[in-house]
Amino acid sequence: MRPSAVRLLNILVPVKRAVDYAVKIRVNPQQTGVDLNVKHSMNPFDEIAVEEAVRLRERLKDAVKSIKVVTIGPPKASETLRTALAMGADSAIHVEIPESAPAPEPLGVAQALRAIIQREKEGAGVDLVIMGKQAIDDDAGQTGQMLAGLLGWGQATFASKVEVDAAAKTAVVMREIDGGSEEIRCRLPLVVTTDLRLNEPRYASLPNIMKAKKKPVEKLTAAELGVDFTPRLETLKVTEPPTRVGGGKVESVDELVAKLKEAGFSAV
Amino acid sequence: MDLRLRSIALYKELHRLGREHDPAYNFHGKLRRLFEKNRELTDPVEIERAFQMCEYIKQETLALYSLRKYRHLRRVYPPSS
Repeated sequence: MRPSAVRLLNILVPVKRAVDYAVKIRVNPQQTGVDLNVKHSMNPFDEIAVEEAVRLRERLKDAVKSIKVVTIGPPKASETLRTALAMGADSAIHVEIPESAPAPEPLGVAQALRAIIQREKEGAGVDLVIMGKQAIDDDAGQTGQMLAGLLGWGQATFASKVEVDAAAKTAVVMREIDGGSEEIRCRLPLVVTTDLRLNEPRYASLPNIMKAKKKPVEKLTAAELGVDFTPRLETLKVTEPPTRVGGGKVESVDELVAKLKEAGFSAV
Repeated sequence: MDLRLRSIALYKELHRLGREHDPAYNFHGKLRRLFEKNRELTDPVEIERAFQMCEYIKQETLALYSLRKYRHLRRVYPPSS
């Protein structure tokens, strides 16, 4: 193998279109899921992932050759891709599934991403996958780990700081763990999943939003990738959590003490 | 840049930002009224001040959005869990 003069990074950022964080979630009357006729936006953790990819390019300049975003979702998910392109990604892949199809599960998504990465190998390949640690709609938090497992790549989950050395093909990642943080050094290729404190995503400016409309978006189907998004889990019932019981006001300290005693609290 | 173009660009940018604002605040209405109020300005210094005001509002709105999102996520996914 002939070593190339400059080693260039190709970053893949999978993103998901999810119900907007500000929307109040309602269960549909049939109790089969939540009402999806509401505002959608990019999963906030994926926004952090896109931002991190763009910041890597700002830090490493030309060492980052391409930033590609990919989404799996109904036709409307292309808006999410445009948002990511406006934030600074170069090109996009949209794996389209029908509007009525059930949401793909983490394993299906990971297999699709693996298929995409293998497809990319014919071209430039993928050195780094940066994705959100979980989506705010199903909160599974599995896709990144599954993808790393399927590919046999290293994984750095819940990253709160990412430093990539493009020449040495290594990365030092600070991870959020219980009660502190952990620093790990990994070889590329690598799957990174982002935690909340990694960065603050930018807001795409109007000129960039306009420019994003001209960036290339490749459309694929599940059949072309050879993956099956049929869910392996069956949702039996979706219900709302019990409503919170309101508090009450007390007139005096004695009353408060009496109430506390009633509720089973005692001094020391 | 041409003042006219600059003000139109700022208006468009703020208008797009306002889409995500709480509808109860009537961001678009306020934006329009403020621009209408300043339409007769001729003094370059005054115009520049109005532009600075626009930039300021833009920054503040962006900060508001990112804070709103961060706070929401922080509440839903506390760091200890």
